[in-house]
Amino acid sequence: MSGGDGRVTGQRTWVGASVPRKEDPRLLTGRGRFVDDLRQAGALSAAFVRSPLAAAQINAVDLSGVRSVDGVLAAFSAADLGLSGLTALLERAEFTPTTMPILAADRVRYAGEPVAIVVADDPYAAEDGIEQAIVDYSPGRLVTSIGDALAADAPSVHDELRANTFLAVNPFSDDVDEVFAAAECVVRTSLSSQRQNALPLEPRGCLAEWVDRDDQLVVHISSQVPHQVRTALARCLGLRERQVRVIVPDVGGGFGLKCVVGREEIAVAAAALRLRRPVKWIEDRREGLFASFLGREQRHQVRAAFDGDGRILALDADIRCDVGAYSVFPFTSGVEPLMAAAELPGVYQVPRYRARACAIATNKAPTAPYRGVSRPQIVLVMERLMERAARELGLDALVVRRRNLIDTFPYIGVNGITYDPGSYRESLDRCEQRLREEGWFELRDGAADRVIGIGFACFNERTGYGTEAFAQRKMSVVPGYDISEVRMDPGGGVTVTTGTSAHGQGHETTLAQIAADQLGLRPDAVKVRQGDTDQVSYGWGTFASRSAAIGGGAVRLASGKLATRIRVIAAHLLDTDEDNIDLDDGWCRRRDDPDGAVPIAEVAEVAYLRAHRLPKDLDPGLSAQATFDVLTSGTFSNATHGVVAELDPRTGQTRLLRYLVVEDCGVVINPKIVDGQVRGGVAQGIAGALYEQIGYDADGQPTAGSLIDYLVPTAAEIPEIDIEHLETPCAFTETGAKGMGEGGTIGAPAAVLNAVNDALRDTGVELDAVPITPEHVLRALECSR
Amino acid sequence: MKDQHLINVTVNGAEHEVLVESRRTLADVLRHDLGYTGTHLGCEHGICGACTILVDGTPARACLMFGVQADGAEVRTVEGLADGDRLSDLQEAFSRRHGLQCGFCTPGFLMLAEAYLAENPAADKEEIRDVVSSNLCRCTGYQGIVEAITDVAAARREAS
Repeated sequence: MSGGDGRVTGQRTWVGASVPRKEDPRLLTGRGRFVDDLRQAGALSAAFVRSPLAAAQINAVDLSGVRSVDGVLAAFSAADLGLSGLTALLERAEFTPTTMPILAADRVRYAGEPVAIVVADDPYAAEDGIEQAIVDYSPGRLVTSIGDALAADAPSVHDELRANTFLAVNPFSDDVDEVFAAAECVVRTSLSSQRQNALPLEPRGCLAEWVDRDDQLVVHISSQVPHQVRTALARCLGLRERQVRVIVPDVGGGFGLKCVVGREEIAVAAAALRLRRPVKWIEDRREGLFASFLGREQRHQVRAAFDGDGRILALDADIRCDVGAYSVFPFTSGVEPLMAAAELPGVYQVPRYRARACAIATNKAPTAPYRGVSRPQIVLVMERLMERAARELGLDALVVRRRNLIDTFPYIGVNGITYDPGSYRESLDRCEQRLREEGWFELRDGAADRVIGIGFACFNERTGYGTEAFAQRKMSVVPGYDISEVRMDPGGGVTVTTGTSAHGQGHETTLAQIAADQLGLRPDAVKVRQGDTDQVSYGWGTFASRSAAIGGGAVRLASGKLATRIRVIAAHLLDTDEDNIDLDDGWCRRRDDPDGAVPIAEVAEVAYLRAHRLPKDLDPGLSAQATFDVLTSGTFSNATHGVVAELDPRTGQTRLLRYLVVEDCGVVINPKIVDGQVRGGVAQGIAGALYEQIGYDADGQPTAGSLIDYLVPTAAEIPEIDIEHLETPCAFTETGAKGMGEGGTIGAPAAVLNAVNDALRDTGVELDAVPITPEHVLRALECSR
Repeated sequence: MKDQHLINVTVNGAEHEVLVESRRTLADVLRHDLGYTGTHLGCEHGICGACTILVDGTPARACLMFGVQADGAEVRTVEGLADGDRLSDLQEAFSRRHGLQCGFCTPGFLMLAEAYLAENPAADKEEIRDVVSSNLCRCTGYQGIVEAITDVAAARREAS
């Protein structure tokens, strides 16, 4: 590779190069524009009156005191706004639909639920206003855990739910009992994961304004899914879709939390419509911690049957997800249980499978998908089962894994999923080999005075779900495909649109790299436009690691079409056939004649400004559009994480001494960006393994109200993360890339938990819950004394 | 009648006279009254550090100071780091080492590092990791941030 520009002699490709990010200069100089940076003349500020109780009837809402506060212009209760709520639907009999009102009307279902919106001329006055709200509540009985919610005499979170269950499915029903009865080894795990907050550093927020000239409600919002926000706004507010324009400026992280539609943003838009003034709402961190979307709280009871050689024979799983009080639009509360049940077998060959999964309602904040969705938990389950079976059978846990890993591709699993070729064995082999060569096993085994363990996690990451894969989930709103348009202007500059919408992943750079290769241009000639529903065709935004795999595919196809058009015009100008034209570094060159060339910019000029020179049958202009969809079960990046952990016997603290990721995400478009995704993902996985937790007391009050209580790891806790890449190009995508944004978060909890359990191997204690707290570790260590 | 005060504050060398309510945070004065929106608010309770600025050369959480406390102070914000379109060595290193993704926490880390390196030009990687643990990043896993600041410390040491 020459220089840093990715130009490989004879290949000439920008894909594969660590091209510097186009996003960086503006973000580094403070010229990024996040929602709260936007200024609109006459803009008002909104704040929400929130329920202090987790379950109560609302008898009366008195906002007269609010309205008399200095600076307050208006205050609206649910009755004042009169909006219909958000209803997310799964079209399956096992799902019971419920509605999330925009503001709570007659009852509240979690502490922090919005009851009224206050609009004032600045945020300070809006907060003064909410203090004067008088809401008369009659506290009710509540449920704060899966156990409470399923109790026979439990109060209902929603009247329409039976047994507080939004969804209960039995998607796989092999008769496994015979297999278990005959198996040489049966191991069980009862594994739990805590509630977490995705915690993007930029809280949620929006600025809504009715613009008469465009006959449009324009909403700037910190979101991952602009078009779905538009659909939800139009439905709730009774507007036509074209009357709503959603613009997503710079977004300070999302991690899934911003891929659902919030009720607050709709209330703000409704207030802006009523007042015919711009209204802005910026969530504060306290609201973000206890009243925003959360995720991850699951309990898995799983048993696995193995033969005497450690081969898995059958799996029997009971999966329960505490999804909080509401089903969120558009993904519904079914997303966690459905993904967990469908994907539990992971990278292992499981011949027989039975699974039950449910989404349980409790009086806690609703959950949204959070980076990795259910995969951190199912990988924990499978990796604990492998370790446990190895222990029971007296085998090496890595040997047991190898005997079970999928090794022929494409592989169709017992779950009906078609797995894309990957490097499951190679990544494990390489990860083990590196840690052995570096002497970690010797350190662990020889260190009598230190408590050290080594943990591994093998996993794949189902990403880039196309329309068919999502359709199987039976959402009434089915994501999947992506559309891209590529337009060249008369000066030869290119604008690419994408329906994906970045929140830190660097799409402006990677998608430009893909287009540049097709068009024979440098990435700086390509402007990527995203996140504006008036400028971009309907798209599905960025979640489930779909952007490079699916958005990138659409960009590649559209720019390929445009390149063909350019070649046709160039061939006409150079008096040859289009097949004889190469696009290269800004030029259209005749292959058979080094002197025959015309600049791409000249072709662009002809296409618009001197159309009389175009071939006779060609319309003026230079643009193309294409759609891409993954037609199979999705793409499957894979990885093995290897971790060395040391436990401090005095404090119970876990310190990570070494973190190695050997991963395969197919064709790497920009290595620096990919590594950044892996490292950031691992940090969030470590956070889930060791630190972060939102607990609730018996009254349904969250126990983490600030970042003092919610322990986001800092640079002092996150070790250096070493990454080695393998490259198995994706068979199902246009670019060969597989989605990879979540793997770090998926693999880390299992790898860390295995390392801690390995360190505890002499105690007889095995930990089966995250986060692994110092108390857990100390209690376990005491068992060996 | 609001409780307001006229203050004088110099931001990145520019003098400003501004009328502020006593309770108004310095972050809001900078962002909304004076337009220096590069200073970001991630928690407003002093933990995340996204609003870190320099007040008379010392890093401070702009969310934990009131505007009136900055009367007569010299403030530096992220907007003051680059020389026009030319990025500072720290900013360039952050880009080169991928020390930012969404970029929301970035101004706080840059200002923190700017002040720290000014006082500790010989800082090593371990010290830098320790110092930046006062701020939160949710995207990068910190490695790129630590490497960027370490690079600049080494380069500045070399140059001196």
